[in-house]
Amino acid sequence: MPKSINKGGALAASLGRLARRQETGSFMGMVVVYIFFAALGGTTFLGAPGFSSFLNMAGEIGIIALPVGLLMIAGELDISVGSVIPASSMTVAIISGHYGLPNAVGIIGGLSVGVLVGYINGLLVTRTAIPSLIITIGTMFGVMGLTLGLSILIAGSTGVFIVPDAWAKSLLGSAIGGMFQVTIFWWVGFVAIMFYLLHISPYGNWIYALGGDRESARKAGIPTQTLTTQLYILSGFAAAFVGVAQVVTFNSAQVAAGQSFVFNSIMCVVIGGVLLTGGSGSVIGIVIGTLTFAIVNQGIFFSSLDPNIGSVIIGALLLAAVLSNDSFRQIAMGLSIRKKDMRVPS
Amino acid sequence: MSDTIPVLELRKVDKSFGPIDVLHEISLKVNKGEVLCLLGDNGAGKSTLIMNLCGVQQPTRGDILMDGEKVSFQGPKDAADRGIATVHQFGGTFPLMSIGRSFFVGVEPTKGWGPFKIYDRKRANEIAVKAVQDFGITRIDDGDRLVGGLSGGERQSLAIARAVHFGARVLILDEPTAALGVKQAAHVLRIVNEAKRRGLAVIFITHQVMHAMAVGDHFAVLIRGAVAADFKRGDKTREEITDLMAGGETMADLEANIAGYMETHDGHPPTIVA
Repeated sequence: MPKSINKGGALAASLGRLARRQETGSFMGMVVVYIFFAALGGTTFLGAPGFSSFLNMAGEIGIIALPVGLLMIAGELDISVGSVIPASSMTVAIISGHYGLPNAVGIIGGLSVGVLVGYINGLLVTRTAIPSLIITIGTMFGVMGLTLGLSILIAGSTGVFIVPDAWAKSLLGSAIGGMFQVTIFWWVGFVAIMFYLLHISPYGNWIYALGGDRESARKAGIPTQTLTTQLYILSGFAAAFVGVAQVVTFNSAQVAAGQSFVFNSIMCVVIGGVLLTGGSGSVIGIVIGTLTFAIVNQGIFFSSLDPNIGSVIIGALLLAAVLSNDSFRQIAMGLSIRKKDMRVPS
Repeated sequence: MSDTIPVLELRKVDKSFGPIDVLHEISLKVNKGEVLCLLGDNGAGKSTLIMNLCGVQQPTRGDILMDGEKVSFQGPKDAADRGIATVHQFGGTFPLMSIGRSFFVGVEPTKGWGPFKIYDRKRANEIAVKAVQDFGITRIDDGDRLVGGLSGGERQSLAIARAVHFGARVLILDEPTAALGVKQAAHVLRIVNEAKRRGLAVIFITHQVMHAMAVGDHFAVLIRGAVAADFKRGDKTREEITDLMAGGETMADLEANIAGYMETHDGHPPTIVA
């Protein structure tokens, strides 16, 4: 049967190609985790309650993980997202709740806070030689302090209430069927835009080049500084968007909210196969990483396990992801020379 | 050759960083279809010279001329626009990007219109693979392969093919063979010859005299930031060039010294006292 052998060969070849794709490992991890919690959580987890619980979480964190992932592909980190979320929530609550200005003004104000912090991050990262990790930790604390100080100064409290208009509520803070947060659909929109940016438009190539070798990218005529700043603005905007959605959903803003997003967003990105050193990763991978993270995080409540086990599983997943990323890079580089070790001064 | 206008010429170029003179009155020229080999030991000023040639730095004094006209490069992009392409030791390519993507980095071919531009992967891959194969690297046939999977020589070749494809007239090769094995180096030297045959002016920087002699038409030896010797192919032997690079102390003397020491010390080379 030569025909069937041929077919089998072609199938094996395309399977082989699929297996070499970096997302495949992440995808298998997600499936394993899902089956694990489906077995433990039973029908509630398999039904709408289970789906809505992890999708709600994935939607919120996914909106931030996408631009953070793009930054990581470009070789930079953004820690400041953790304080942009409460800063933008608070801005909305103060403008529209405390002062009673129209909701639209508050929302635009909240989003502007994110854009501004992103712009400052971008300026600092491109104009100094300080690693972006340190810079964004710095801006995170700066923004956190300002949020706290200004909230107490203006509203006299660390929690401010707001009654959002009906349009704002339905657009940003409602739940479809009483379960599925509308942020899930915003997330889908963000995924589409980021997918276009990274994989379809020529800018994606610039982002990969930036993470691969900044100096070569600059010499190739890529406006590296502008691009880096734009990516920071994007992540600031996304974090502010989540902050705005939160304040509209919960009708109040808290100064301390949002810190968990710092590590969670980075973990989603790394579980999704983005290299910590930059230069490699994909939007599909980040989406898979986000879903995996959310499944573990929420699935634990549907199982009879101790919720603390969830953290252990996430930790193990993270290590497994980094290990497989590393071996992926080894395979990709083949036997080629180690770049830094071989450099001879001339 | 005296009546042809050199593609690139340096006239008494100085470069100082504060009180330190790194380059001193460098005068060089390179013609179309000619390979100028720039030889020099570590620290002789080769890297600084390259940075001045490719627009990363500007000379403190002196002129750079292209086709007989004075030019001043505002940055690497400016120099590149005028047709000066620099290929660095490791090819300046991105190990985790595909061949097609890294070939077109910064100048991606697109289809579609307005803000909805689409990176044309198929066309990028086709052009990249063809450009590299035209240089005789037939092993590269899939533009989706990652650059990191190529050998060092192939990466150099890819970078040179890229420079030529984008209309380079002057090709500056910074130690292209330094980290390569014998076969891979031979590979790159063939590519250099091919670039020369296509009429490019090539500046080949190396401290490997053998490699320089294999492709060079014209040689310049840099010592402590100055041109210590400037000669044509066949004017000097390999030993003479090596001696020049070592700064006057002849290699034969050094070798004799070491051999003499080893004879009296049970075959051990002399310990180095800094």
